[in-house]
Amino acid sequence: MKKIPQKQIHKYLRHNKSFPHVWCPGCSNGIVLGGVIRAIDEMGYEKDSVAMISGIGCSSRMPVYVDFNTAHTLHGRAIPHATGVKMFKPELNVCVITGDGDATAIGGNHLIHAARRNIDITVILINNNIYGMTGGQYSPTTPAGAKATTMPYGNIDNTFDICDLAIGAGATFVARTTAYHAMEIQNYVRMGFEHKGFSLIEVIAACPVIFGRLNKRGDASSMMRTMKEESKPLAVFEALPDEEKEKFYPRGVLVNIDKPEYTEKYANLVASLQKKEEAE
Amino acid sequence: MPDKAEKHRDGQILSGEDSTVKMQVEVNEVKTEGDYNSSPVYIYHDWCKKCGICVAFCPTGTLGRKMDGSPYVKAPEKCIHCETCDRLCPDFAITGAKR
Repeated sequence: MKKIPQKQIHKYLRHNKSFPHVWCPGCSNGIVLGGVIRAIDEMGYEKDSVAMISGIGCSSRMPVYVDFNTAHTLHGRAIPHATGVKMFKPELNVCVITGDGDATAIGGNHLIHAARRNIDITVILINNNIYGMTGGQYSPTTPAGAKATTMPYGNIDNTFDICDLAIGAGATFVARTTAYHAMEIQNYVRMGFEHKGFSLIEVIAACPVIFGRLNKRGDASSMMRTMKEESKPLAVFEALPDEEKEKFYPRGVLVNIDKPEYTEKYANLVASLQKKEEAE
Repeated sequence: MPDKAEKHRDGQILSGEDSTVKMQVEVNEVKTEGDYNSSPVYIYHDWCKKCGICVAFCPTGTLGRKMDGSPYVKAPEKCIHCETCDRLCPDFAITGAKR
């Protein structure tokens, strides 16, 4: 092989797969993959101690390219599969890569109940506001008024906030960042892995080829510049007056609390029942 | 046949009568092949999809864009090894890390 840049990343890629990867030019999925790999490299996890599970969608193509324990599962059912993996092998660091349509439309119920259960899974949710793979149908997170292939005159649904859903369902670590803030992706994914309990990291991503084209947002770099302008760090956002808050969205760690973790509770229950049986 | 002006995404005219950047690109083309040792930024052209993110977000203007949209090292002396291109490249095709 030729001299390759980014040796740190290449250590974790499957070079027998076809590269360059399948995503469109300017798609943010590659940036997120880079951030996830950097975070795992920073923590020094063995390749075999990480399980990466995904459903169906553009972003869910990600586990194909990385050399961890990976599973490319059913549409929307990535979190149930990850729950199974985590229950069987609690020592694995399980992460789920999922898109907005995958996690909140068809798999919305699974997201809610994994958050409620507080099982130690890190969900990295890449929100590009549209179903990119199937040609640009509107997804639950398509902003009100934005155009999609199946909403040519603008979306009439209300805007949906995934982080609020996760906080309401009881997730113990919720963070939001954008694809432009690559260092934040790395830090939040690392914090998500270190956190004991359900963690959701929402990454606002650019889809320049479909969402950007339909809504006249320009190319990848101008979409990322918009992200930089529209997102504010949480402390700055909270200090804004109410009428200005509508123009921006907060990014940062929104929730970070400690609650008992599900696999530990389950192990404790099993141990206590076994002790009872032995005593009898 | 009328001379069709080719426009860049940023609005710059690349070819045709009003072209200003064409000559500059051709002059700088010698520097395009980056190397780990000779250039601060190394570009792996086989994987590059020419999305233009690295050029747009380079804080010092080290990188430039060729006619076809692919990046090249325009001013190697300006690179400060901030690794922005490295982190923002979706295709893992560029590195500005210090070695």
